[in-house]
Amino acid sequence: MKKNMSFEEPIIKLREKIQELKEFTETNEVDLSEEIRNLNNRLIKLENDIYGNMETWERVQVARHPERPTTYDYIGELFEDFIELHGDRAFGDDAAIVGGIGSFEGEPVTIIGHQRGKDTKENVKRTFGMPHPEGYRKALRLMKQAEKFGRPIICMIDTKGAYPGRAAEERGQSEAIARNLVEMASLTVPVISIVIGEGGSGGALALGVANRIYMLEHSTYSVISPEGAASILWKDSAYSKEAAEAMKITAPHLLKMDVIDEIIPEVLGGGHRDPKQQAKNMKTVLTKALSELSKLDADRLVQDRYDKFRKIGVFSE
Amino acid sequence: MLRDLFTNVKKQQAIMPNAKSKSDVPEGIMTKCPECKHVEPTKELGKLLKVCPKCDFHFKMTAQERIDSLMDEGTFVSMDDHLVTENPLEFPAYTAKVKKDAEKTGLNEAVLTGTGKIGGNEVAIAIMDAHFRMGSMGSVVGEKITRAVEKATELGIPLLIFSASGGARMQEGVLSLMQMAKTSVALNRHSEKGLLYISIMTYPTTGGVSASFASVGDINLAEPKALIGFAGRRVIEQTVREKLPEDFQTAEFLLAHGQLDAVVHRVDLQDVLSRIIRLHTKGEAAQ
Repeated sequence: MKKNMSFEEPIIKLREKIQELKEFTETNEVDLSEEIRNLNNRLIKLENDIYGNMETWERVQVARHPERPTTYDYIGELFEDFIELHGDRAFGDDAAIVGGIGSFEGEPVTIIGHQRGKDTKENVKRTFGMPHPEGYRKALRLMKQAEKFGRPIICMIDTKGAYPGRAAEERGQSEAIARNLVEMASLTVPVISIVIGEGGSGGALALGVANRIYMLEHSTYSVISPEGAASILWKDSAYSKEAAEAMKITAPHLLKMDVIDEIIPEVLGGGHRDPKQQAKNMKTVLTKALSELSKLDADRLVQDRYDKFRKIGVFSE
Repeated sequence: MLRDLFTNVKKQQAIMPNAKSKSDVPEGIMTKCPECKHVEPTKELGKLLKVCPKCDFHFKMTAQERIDSLMDEGTFVSMDDHLVTENPLEFPAYTAKVKKDAEKTGLNEAVLTGTGKIGGNEVAIAIMDAHFRMGSMGSVVGEKITRAVEKATELGIPLLIFSASGGARMQEGVLSLMQMAKTSVALNRHSEKGLLYISIMTYPTTGGVSASFASVGDINLAEPKALIGFAGRRVIEQTVREKLPEDFQTAEFLLAHGQLDAVVHRVDLQDVLSRIIRLHTKGEAAQ
């Protein structure tokens, strides 16, 4: 996938032009500072116009940007003393879900997240962040471990969906996801989930039965990928853009539908443009959520999670 | 010459006004088995619980047919028939499609829920009906199942869910996805109270339904040859680029891979369910 997204072409061009002028002034004895200042002002306006008014499909592109920060990136920024813990103790270690323990502002926490690769080789190893059953079972093992030691659990959701493959089916992909949904319901510690990229179907939800659910501003959360929806509803995956719009998968849509608690603002143009700042934005929200949830005892945490999901749905009676 | 003869027959039939109904199985009166092509009077097939007498193919059942075949006569009381599906994403033609299937099936949505008795024991039951939008789960299906689970928890009785579903309903988007979580949190409460949940997977149990309540019964049963799986066969074939075994994602395949407790023939289902329920009734197991 291209690093530059088509909708940001005008911004890229303007940036290049400013760069050219800067280089020109360095090698030639001319003062273009006035022009450069004007162009910089134009750039700021253009960025605000384009990045500030992203359509659904543009957000999908940002959510899928090859340089978009992943779970590992945020772990590095947000937690101290992180130690990765591997394996489901039954079959193997799925690299599409990573997890471990670390500390957040001095308090021990368990961190679990989908992990995409940043290049082809890593993506092959991590099956593009699409987990097998052992990934979900590892996640559940770490959640139960967190519960035993009274640690809050922070999940990062970033997957197109659970891996569609023969081995995954043979080892019980459905059961692994379903088990997480049921078991997460009764965890006696705070659970916080943040959708950091794509949140695709049951494969995403299996890390999402939380007390608080947040989405980064340009992340998506949906029952099926836009491509999948297009091929089912339009019988043609070329209609992904239309499908993405029709399925209402962006953070503002989910907030409106009361599925998520809050949108975490992104750095202008997307988290990949300043991962450190993006992590800071997340830190603010995490700090607040953990302090609120730490006031609830085990029963109230379970009840809170129950109430949260119990009310989701639109119908009349 | 022989070939000509056949061609002529075909042509003759083609111009006859009733050609189609004569060449095919008369609709309604006779039913043809899609597996072995055996033709059985529909009425007889009904008496056989819609199982092909030649090859054991299990035809799809309606939710009402399930009730009739399983529950003690006159004990079933339905719940939440008044819930009405909305169109939260404003999906074109969605409301009309739901309405049409409601008229066709006599159900308000793709699941029939309620309480009743099996083998003398009171249970809460949810039966999905694949004739209604492929049994897909949207808000109302999720809500009805959740309420049935909560009823079972409240009354302290076993819960049975018959799954028959293509998965989450696309037209309600992420709200459909969240029904997986909603039903799961309710199931957790039922389970924490030490109550029995039997999941019975029937043709087809796939996608979001397979990846939520259908797979987490205390006991997971399935009907023979039922299609059960998470991802669609075509999607998997495109991903792995290999030919999948013929029995892939059948009940028997799942049994062989440790994903099911048992595959139960429809004729035995009432007896097996009654026995399981009885064995979970403390102090009354000997009865």
